[in-house]
Amino acid sequence: MTQAATHADHSDDTDIFGFWIYILSDCILFASLFAVFAVLQSNVYGGPGIKELSNLSYVLIETMVLLASSFTYGLSILSVYKNAKYRVLFYLGLTFLLGASFVGMEINEFTHLFLEGHTWQSSAALSSFFALVGTHGLHVSIGLLWMLLLMAQLITFGMTPVISRRLTYLGLFWAFLDIIWIFVFTIVYLMGSI
Amino acid sequence: MMQKILFGNLTWQAIPFNNPIIMGAAVFMVAIILLIIGALFYFKQWKTLWTEWLTTVDHKKIGLMYIILAFVMLVRGLIDAAMMRLQQAIAVGDSMGYLPPEHYDQIFTAHGVIMIFFMAMPFMFGLINIVLPLQIGARDVAFPFLNSLSFWLAVVGAVLLNISLVIGDFAATGWLAYPPLSELAYSPGVGVDYYIMALQISGIGTLLSGINFVVTILKMRCPGMTLMKMPVFVWTSLCSMILVILAFPVLTVTLALLCFDRYFGMHFFTADAGGNAMMYINLIWIWGHPEVYILILPAFGIYSEVVATFSKKYLFGYATMVWATACITLLAFSVWLHHFFTMGAGANVNAFFGIATMVISVPTGVKVFNWLFTMYRGRITFTTPMLWTMGFISTFAIGGMTGVLMAVPAIDYQVHNSLFLIAHFHNAIIGGVLFGYLAGLTYWFPKVFGFKLNETLGRYAFWSWIIGFYVAFLPVYLLGMMGMTRRLSHYDAATGWHPFLVVAAIGVLIICGGVLFQVAQLLVSIKNRASYRDVTGDPWDGRTLEWSIASPAPFYNFAITPHVNSRDAFWQAKQEGSHQSETKPQYEDIHMPKNTGVGFIIAVFSGIFGFAAVWHIVWLSIVGLAGAIITVIVRSFNMEVDYYLKADDVERMERERQSMITQMATKAACCGSVATQPQILNTQNI
Repeated sequence: MTQAATHADHSDDTDIFGFWIYILSDCILFASLFAVFAVLQSNVYGGPGIKELSNLSYVLIETMVLLASSFTYGLSILSVYKNAKYRVLFYLGLTFLLGASFVGMEINEFTHLFLEGHTWQSSAALSSFFALVGTHGLHVSIGLLWMLLLMAQLITFGMTPVISRRLTYLGLFWAFLDIIWIFVFTIVYLMGSI
Repeated sequence: MMQKILFGNLTWQAIPFNNPIIMGAAVFMVAIILLIIGALFYFKQWKTLWTEWLTTVDHKKIGLMYIILAFVMLVRGLIDAAMMRLQQAIAVGDSMGYLPPEHYDQIFTAHGVIMIFFMAMPFMFGLINIVLPLQIGARDVAFPFLNSLSFWLAVVGAVLLNISLVIGDFAATGWLAYPPLSELAYSPGVGVDYYIMALQISGIGTLLSGINFVVTILKMRCPGMTLMKMPVFVWTSLCSMILVILAFPVLTVTLALLCFDRYFGMHFFTADAGGNAMMYINLIWIWGHPEVYILILPAFGIYSEVVATFSKKYLFGYATMVWATACITLLAFSVWLHHFFTMGAGANVNAFFGIATMVISVPTGVKVFNWLFTMYRGRITFTTPMLWTMGFISTFAIGGMTGVLMAVPAIDYQVHNSLFLIAHFHNAIIGGVLFGYLAGLTYWFPKVFGFKLNETLGRYAFWSWIIGFYVAFLPVYLLGMMGMTRRLSHYDAATGWHPFLVVAAIGVLIICGGVLFQVAQLLVSIKNRASYRDVTGDPWDGRTLEWSIASPAPFYNFAITPHVNSRDAFWQAKQEGSHQSETKPQYEDIHMPKNTGVGFIIAVFSGIFGFAAVWHIVWLSIVGLAGAIITVIVRSFNMEVDYYLKADDVERMERERQSMITQMATKAACCGSVATQPQILNTQNI
């Protein structure tokens, strides 16, 4: 594969372009979920809406944690360029902790809603809320699993071109999830609380 | 209790032992499977099956397997169609026919799902897989492993659908499973669950293929092939794959939400708790209308290749063809509402979508005129692919016109959900999509197998198909005008529909005759393959790069990466005589992907997950999902996924092939069966 990186037929460029296209398709997936949320958010069926249920300051902390994780991921990519394996591992570990805290906070929020009796079965508005926010959470969780995997591979194989290309993929994915979250925060929480 | 944990909702009652039709089909399917297994043991082919097919990442072999899948499913879909036509031909007045409504409903659902998702889509991907890398001078697709994964996911979807015939039932909701009918409250059985799982699993494969081909086209063209020098088939495939990437995520979301409603009691499309069934219909058609163009655009590309080759002319209006394709791609997303004008969006909205729909007929018309002008003053040879193309042009024009008719909302109110609509879209899909794929299959068959198909039987098949099509569907137009709605399993004698339905049933019989001719054509051609041999690799005097290499194409495609500097590069080279070079070619090492069974294994786990989810067998669905994920992880630790084919080996294989060609050509020349001159092909100077 190291040879392959220099081969005209199949360069890194091709692979990363493919990953960009995948991100594009994932964008459409989220766009559909946003559209569904926009249509259904007022169908509360007599129950409380997002406005009554969400705690803005809690979500703001959640947002900051996720944004911070993107920053630390950026630091790990910078260390990739410097070929500093252990610094990469350190920043990946930090990113993992921040990402895991984000998912933890989200699970905590969902659990509270459930315990208070506001489940996805309550109304169409809550169904669409849980589906949209939950799909983002699921993406972040997959990203975390992927990060663990890459850390294991970094330890096994060292800083090979393949590993650094995979780190680029994950970086794109992670930044993409950040952007999606900004939209979730704005459309679901901020606009929801007006 | 233990039963519930181990088998979920699955019990022996799921298998309808008392239904002779289903049991007959089950026995038939099991017999075929046993026959195949027996043959594999008898001919000791298990190892070949694994090393050459299940694990292959060669785009040509994957394409071939796609087409086999499509053909098997075509037969099943056609049997469904014949059963429906037979039911409608006899279920009039006091006679209730031979199919009870709950079975009839499953048949029309299965017919639609099979023909679109498991016949047309695999057929399209099969042809694109086989031809597209060859046309752009590439050695393979951008992601060969993903390609194999996509294929096996499509197979798993088709298998789940066929399992539903015997174990449990299939959706009885129509091919798009509109809620609230498809919700748990009204469809409590497993039918809709099978539908969701089969389409989700194959849909993921489709999306991966879309990404794969867009990257292949944009990044792997041979030197010199700029965008406006690409063959039209490449252009239309590119646009079709862009539509796949933009539309299939919407399908994934829509089906997932329906799945959430059914499995977790959510309320997206339910009739209560604030659900909105209309949103499903909007979402599914935002995918569904582009899907129509996903299928037809590659067919347009095939016609363009065929018509230029057999008219011996450059395609008329190449640039307008490309722009028309691009226009259709964009407009594909602006017309979805015309599928439900009657659902009360209001006059202005209906007017917008009606006009947008009519606008699409403009670029389509441009294409039709381009094909006609290509034929005009061309030296046309009436081969089977050309017959399919000419049959298409007239048939599709009629289908297009009835489409524009229905684009007028006021008229649509009259014919909505009537058989007029059914006749219209079969007109467009059989006369447009299927004819195109069959033309492509006949046209590129020699490139895959090294011999041509029998022309006479091909002609018989064409005439049976086209006559059968008109006999089957012209009465259906009339029935629509007479007010017959779709999906009826019984009607009153006073309606006067009966004679028309009898004629339509006869039409389906003629089409079945066409399929029999195609099977005969295949068998006869295989038997006489020596005399149909394509010695030169260029049996039709072709224009594009795929004809510059041997038939069947070697597994590395091009021994030397071609360089092109014009459209129809191979034709140009033949005109200049520069394709037969005296200089000794300089071979280089070729970078190749290694075969891998990982795609197959992931697909098997996905199939286990799908089946377990349908029957709510929790532990097994966890096994399926975890198995698929772990397989991906294990694969990611494997760094030895490719190898280099040595230049010496390439040279040896090329030399062997050329001496074989010379030998065969001398033999053929003395027997007089092949007229074309032997050529020693050299792609270096194209």
